[in-house]
Amino acid sequence: MSFDATYRDKAFKSVGTRPLRPDGVDKVTGRARYGADFNMPGQLVARVLRSPHAHARIKRIDTSRAEAVRGVKAVITAADLPDLTDGDASLLAILDNCMARTKALYDGHAVAAVAAIDEKSAKQALKLIEVEYEILPHVVDVDAAARPDAPILNEAIRTSGVEPAPDTPSNVANRSEFGHGDVDAGFAQADVIVERSYRTEQTHQGYIEPHACVANCNPDGTTDLWVCTQGHFVYRQTCADLLGLEVSKLRVTSSEIGGGFGGKTHVWAEPVALALSRKAGRPVKLVMSREEVFRASGPTSATSIDVKIGAKADGTITAAEATLRYSNGPYADMWAELGAMTSFACYDLENVKTVGFEVLVNRPKVAAYRAPSAPMAAFAVESAVDELAHKIGMDAVEFRIRNAAKEGTRSSYGPVYGPIGIGPTLEAAKAHPHMSAPLGENQGRGMACGFWFNFGGQTCTDLNINADGTVTLAVGTVDVGGSRASLSLIAAEELGIDYQNVKAVVADTATLGYNDMTDGSRGTFSSSMATISAARNAIEVMRRRAALTWDIPVEDVHWEDGHAKAAGSKYDNLSPLSVKEIAAESGNSGGPIAGHSEMVADGAGVSFATHLCDVEVDPETGSTRIVRYTVIQDAGKAVHPAYVEGQYQGGAAQGIGWALNEEYIYGEDGRLQNPGFLDYRIPVCSDLPMIDTQILEIPNPNHPYGVRGVGETSIVPPLAAIANAVSNAVGVRMTHIPMSPPRILAALNADKDG
Amino acid sequence: MSSIAVSTTINGDDVEYLCQADETLLDVLRNRLGLMGAKEGCGTGDCGACSTIMDGRVVCSCLVLGAEAEGRSIETIEGMANGNELHPLQSKFIEHAALQCGICTPGFLMAAKALLDVKPDPTEKDIRFWLAGNLCRCTGYDKIVRAVQDAAQEMKGARA
Repeated sequence: MSFDATYRDKAFKSVGTRPLRPDGVDKVTGRARYGADFNMPGQLVARVLRSPHAHARIKRIDTSRAEAVRGVKAVITAADLPDLTDGDASLLAILDNCMARTKALYDGHAVAAVAAIDEKSAKQALKLIEVEYEILPHVVDVDAAARPDAPILNEAIRTSGVEPAPDTPSNVANRSEFGHGDVDAGFAQADVIVERSYRTEQTHQGYIEPHACVANCNPDGTTDLWVCTQGHFVYRQTCADLLGLEVSKLRVTSSEIGGGFGGKTHVWAEPVALALSRKAGRPVKLVMSREEVFRASGPTSATSIDVKIGAKADGTITAAEATLRYSNGPYADMWAELGAMTSFACYDLENVKTVGFEVLVNRPKVAAYRAPSAPMAAFAVESAVDELAHKIGMDAVEFRIRNAAKEGTRSSYGPVYGPIGIGPTLEAAKAHPHMSAPLGENQGRGMACGFWFNFGGQTCTDLNINADGTVTLAVGTVDVGGSRASLSLIAAEELGIDYQNVKAVVADTATLGYNDMTDGSRGTFSSSMATISAARNAIEVMRRRAALTWDIPVEDVHWEDGHAKAAGSKYDNLSPLSVKEIAAESGNSGGPIAGHSEMVADGAGVSFATHLCDVEVDPETGSTRIVRYTVIQDAGKAVHPAYVEGQYQGGAAQGIGWALNEEYIYGEDGRLQNPGFLDYRIPVCSDLPMIDTQILEIPNPNHPYGVRGVGETSIVPPLAAIANAVSNAVGVRMTHIPMSPPRILAALNADKDG
Repeated sequence: MSSIAVSTTINGDDVEYLCQADETLLDVLRNRLGLMGAKEGCGTGDCGACSTIMDGRVVCSCLVLGAEAEGRSIETIEGMANGNELHPLQSKFIEHAALQCGICTPGFLMAAKALLDVKPDPTEKDIRFWLAGNLCRCTGYDKIVRAVQDAAQEMKGARA
C-alpha cells in the first residue's frame, strides 16, 4: 500500500507529552552497555601506532620485533588492508585514513596496529615497531595551504570545478558555487556595504565516549562487530567494502552511544579491529584513548571566510556574497560546499553568490559536526548582517525580519521554500522577555539566526503486535538522544494505544533492512515516518482480523482510538475490538500481527532558529561570561518536548564552547598541542547559565504529524550570536572564533592603539 | 610484576581482588570486578565519567590506583539504587530528561550524591561548581542542574 505522508492537523494524545524514556533506568543504574562495555571470550586488546609527524613518507615498517613479544597475536600495517576500493576515491580516503598507505598525512595518522593478550604487551609491542619516515614539509593553516607555494599533500589532486581545468597539483581540491541574480548590479544599488573577513578555528565534537568496538572474524567468514556508531548499517557496508566481506556475513550491533554529534558517522578504527581479528583468529577489542580521539578522529573544519553584503538605507539587502575556504584534513570532501549552501539560507535575496573552496591540510580528516559547516558560515554572515543593521541604524531583529526568507522564497542554494520558521522565530525573539532584560556594566546583547537543511533518507522499520497487545518497535536509526522515547510515542499515537505499551529497540544489521545513519537530524523525522507507515500496515492487518472474527467485509471495519470498529448501524451489536483483544486471538486468526515499512523518507522540512545572548566581558582579562541565553527554534512538531529542549540546549552549549574556548592548537612542528580535555576546554557546568528555550511548531507539510528534524540547527547561531554580543559589549567587532581571552584583549588593545 | 592483594568494601560488600601496582581503580572496577557503570572518557581526571565515592569523597577512579582502595569504602553507581528502588537523584534524572546519551550520567549521579550527602540544600551555584568536574556534551547542563535541585527538594521533604 502506498504511504501518504501528507501532514494532517489532528489532536494528539501521545505526541507532545513528556513520558519517561525507555532506556532511562539502564542509564541511571550503570547497566546500559556502551562501546567499551562489551567483551567476548578470548578477546585481545588492540593498540594503534600513530605518526608523530604532520607529513612524512613511510619508507619502511619493520614489525618483526613487535611480533616476537610474548602475548602478541597479530601486528598489522596497511599491507594487511589491501586496496579493494576499485577506483572509489572516497572509499580509498577512508581506507587510507584508517591506516596510512604511503604517507602519514597528519600527527596521529595510524601507521600500524597490534593485538595482544593484554594492554601491557600491546603497548610494549608498539614501541618495538620500527617506522622509517622521510619527513616532508607540512601545512596546517587553511589559507597557507591554499597558496600556490604550499607543500602539496596529494600530487594527484587538481582543483575541480574550475575552468579551464588546471594541470598542476593544488591543495584546493574543489571549487563550488551557488546563488542567483547579479551581485555586481545589486551592490551598485546599495547605500551601505559591509565587507569583512572572518576566521574560525578547528573544533572537536567532544563526545565523552571515545570510539570503541569489539570485532570478531570467525574462520568460516562470519563476522561480528559491536561498536558505538551513529549508523551501524553504514559501518557494515563500509567495513565490508574495505575488507572484502560479504554483507550478510558481517553483523553489526550498535551499542549505546556516548555522544556522536556527527563524529560517529565515519569509520575510524573499526576496519583496523576487523583486520586484527582476521589475522589473529581471535576477537579484538579496540578502544581509543582521549588523546587518540582528538588527534585522529573527528574535528570540524577551520575556516577563512570573506563576506560582502549591501543594503539600501531602508534596510533592504540588495546583494550578498561570500567566499568560503574550509580545511578538509588530508582528503577532499564537501565541507566548504555545505558552508556555501547554508551561508545566506535565512534570507530572501535577489542577488546572491557564494563560492566554496575545499582545502587540504595536514590535520585529521574532517568529520561531520552537528549541522556540519553551517555554524562558521553563519558566524561570518550574521556578524556582517549585524554590522550592516548598525550602520543603517536599524534594530538587528527588525533588519532581519525585513529580509527574512518566507514561503515561496528561492533559497540561496536553489530550492524554493515551503512553509518555514525563520520569520516566526524572529517575531518570537522580538516579543521575548529576554530582549528587555536589563544589561549591566561590560555586558552586551547579541542575536543571530541559523539554518539547517535536515535530511530524510533510507529507513526501514518493523512493528510487531505481541499476543498480549503490547508492541515491539524495531528501528534501524541509532538512538543518540532519546529517539526510542519519541518513536514509541509515535507508534502509540498512530495505533491509539498507551505509550507504556510500546517498547522501541534499535535492531542490529542482521534483523532489519538497511537504514541510513542517524545524521542530518533525520533520526526522529525518518524513523517516525517509517513507524507511522508500519503502524498503518499493522492496522490493516488488524482490520482484516476483526473482519474475519466478525465475518463482515473488511471495508466495513475502520480503525479509531486503538480499536477496530464495525461501521454502520447494522453492526450495532458488534462491540469494538481493542488491539489487545485482536492480538489475543492472533494465533487463531492468521498468526502473528506485524507491520513493516521500508522507504526513502523524503520531504525533511528545513529548520530555522533565532538565538539571543547576553554576555559580560571582563575588560582586564578578556574573559567572557554568558549571562543569559535563549534559543527559539521551529520543531515542526515537538514529539517529546523535553528532548527537543535538550537538543536546543545542547547545541547552544556546544556553540558557546566553540565561540569562546575550543580550538585545535598546533605547534610549528605540525603536532597537536592540546589533545585532552584539560587543554581543549569544553564548557563545564559552572560556565553556563540556564538555557531558555522556546519551541515553535510550524508543521512540515511532508510529514503526517508535521515533524521536522531538531538536532542540528541549534549549533548554527551561537558563534554569531555570541560574537555580536561580545562586539556590542566591548565596542570592537570580533572576527576570529574562538573569542578566547587573549584574542579579546588583543582586539581591545588594537582598538585602543588604532 | 607480581600482583597486589586488596581487601576493600564496595557498595557495602566485602570485596577482595588482585591487581597490578600500576592498575587504576577504574580498570579494576571495569575489568576485574565487572562494575562497568563507571566510564572512561579521558583517563586523565578531566571528564568525571568515572566518578566514584571513596570514603565519602568524590574521586576520579582513573586517578586512583586499585591498590589504594585497600581498607577503604567505595561507592559506585551499581550501589546507588536500593534494589529496585531508585535513588531520588536517579529518578529525577530520568524525569527531567537530564540525560541524552547517558555516558556521563553515572559520574554525574555519583558526584551529585556526594554533594547532597554533605550539602542537602545546595544553591544553583553550589551545584554548578560542585559538578564542574563532570563533563556533559549533550545537555548544556540545564536539565541536570534542575534534576539535582528537584532531588534535593524531594529528599528534604522525605526527611521533614
